[in-house]
Amino acid sequence: MSALRGLLRKEWFHIKRDRRTATVLVMLPVVQVLLFGYAIRTDVDNVRLAVVDPAPSNTTLALRNRFAAAGVFRIVASVPRTEDLEPLFQNGTAQQAIVFDHDFTEDLGRGTPAQLLIITDATEPNTGALLQAYAQAVIQQYQLALPASPARPASIIVPVTRIRFNPTRESKNLFVPGLMAFVLTIISALMTAISLTREKETGTMEALLVSPLRPWEIIVGKVTPYLAIGFASVLLVLVEARLVFNVPVRGSIPLLLFEGLLYVLVSLAFGMLISSRTSSQRIAMMGVFLTTLLPNILLSGFIFPLESMPAILRWISYVIPGRWFVAIARGIMLKGIGLEYLWRETLYIAGLATVLLAASIRSFHERLE
Amino acid sequence: MSDIAIEVKDLTRKFGNFTAVDHVTFQVKAGEVFGFLGANGAGKTTAFRMLIGLLQPTGGSARVAGFDVAKQAEEVKRRIGYMSQRFSLYEDLTPRENIRLYGGIYGLTLAQIRERADAMLQRLGASQIADTAVRSLPLGWRQKLAFSVALVHQPHIVFLDEPTSGVDPITRRQFWELIYDAASRGTTVLVTTHYMDEAEYCDRISIMVAGRIAAMGPPADLKREHNVESIDELFVQLARPAA
Repeated sequence: MSALRGLLRKEWFHIKRDRRTATVLVMLPVVQVLLFGYAIRTDVDNVRLAVVDPAPSNTTLALRNRFAAAGVFRIVASVPRTEDLEPLFQNGTAQQAIVFDHDFTEDLGRGTPAQLLIITDATEPNTGALLQAYAQAVIQQYQLALPASPARPASIIVPVTRIRFNPTRESKNLFVPGLMAFVLTIISALMTAISLTREKETGTMEALLVSPLRPWEIIVGKVTPYLAIGFASVLLVLVEARLVFNVPVRGSIPLLLFEGLLYVLVSLAFGMLISSRTSSQRIAMMGVFLTTLLPNILLSGFIFPLESMPAILRWISYVIPGRWFVAIARGIMLKGIGLEYLWRETLYIAGLATVLLAASIRSFHERLE
Repeated sequence: MSDIAIEVKDLTRKFGNFTAVDHVTFQVKAGEVFGFLGANGAGKTTAFRMLIGLLQPTGGSARVAGFDVAKQAEEVKRRIGYMSQRFSLYEDLTPRENIRLYGGIYGLTLAQIRERADAMLQRLGASQIADTAVRSLPLGWRQKLAFSVALVHQPHIVFLDEPTSGVDPITRRQFWELIYDAASRGTTVLVTTHYMDEAEYCDRISIMVAGRIAAMGPPADLKREHNVESIDELFVQLARPAA
């Protein structure tokens, strides 16, 4: 018995004295439960709605108020013409639009069918379907609340629905850009971190540091192969998506590759930073999983729509590069948009890449102190 | 180059309040085999790391191969070889591939590398294993190969940090033959060790205790001065008060 107690005691010391592993052990499930628990909610909240109202009247205003009061929608823009919707959808200002027919008020007053168009961004198919159902429900309720009149049939408003960007609502279209981010993160962040810490473990890193190689040469030498592999895998995923799943690339492929490269740089820098804080491959691997892979999968909108997350997670998602890369990849592949709409996302990733690379080179230098 | 390979004066390194190396002064002549002894924590690894440019000194100065380690680290690095107690060859590469890698790092041409690799492998009697992954070689072979690779760019000085830890006595002897061989060709050797019999093989040794050099000189002289039978005895005598 006392031998066993001794063993248990020793193991407890192992855990207690290795603070980092202990923290990971404790935090990993906690963080995961939180993320999954909140992120997996698929109901939709805070929908960015645009309104096209060519002839505003009390009637159209009343319906608009219905939307505003429904609790789910937030009216972000009100424009006079349908053409004005295009940029709103392209840059993501609006997720959904209701378009009143010019004669909507008159038709309704006369008792003839009044036309209403609901346009939904279905880049994320599940969210898109939900948004559509919500909008139709609001209109239905409005209709029911109209004062009864013998001259008017029960169903007088005719909502026409249209799906944008992903008309067949196929989730593979959505998945592929996310998957690209995932593959790139694994290869770049994980492989960089592991290969750098392996050199520390085997002592070869020391031999490199004692050599006349400059720190940046060591870093470039370590990182370039993974950059190349990451790049090749982007190409592979794209080709596979096209051939196997018939996923379109509507925008510029060079732009997509360039953005992919930026994202790879960010992930590499993450990997390097993590490896500079540890000299064990296992801890590096855990570190990458916790700080890079999990957030990039869970909070990038890759699997779970960001719209349905609680505000705090949405806020966290703003700093996660994967979120922006997924937005960029979806924009280029599914919407066919270019830098004119994606420059902010691009700038963020480029900025992050610069900062992280500088930080990791710096921490590399500090090791020599 | 002058015949002083390493010149250390008042070299000091502090970590916070703790002084790991405390005003250490010594010289090593070119072609000398200099043993660096000390108990664990006595500061020899810290001093060693400063000399090879992995650690900045807090005070004092050290010139290695004629260059200041603090200000001309790149020049120093070009002229030294290094082999750590942890093994520093890539295990998934073959000896030949390792030689080529390190040769390239030190700026040798491909022709030079090929020539030196052949000569080295032949001298070691390792031609048959030249294309076997290092991982599958016995430890003794790996150590000898690592040492030879550390010499591939013909450095003025080679730093060996406990190169023979975990190696059987026969291989250790063979290893020391390699060290003498290098020294006879003019390479200065600075070696740390915990094996006191190896200390006897050195031209001169220094014994560090609590960050300072407690004794320095040829092993025979030290034994006579301190009136002891062996370096082992001397080491224990010097290290005990600090322990």
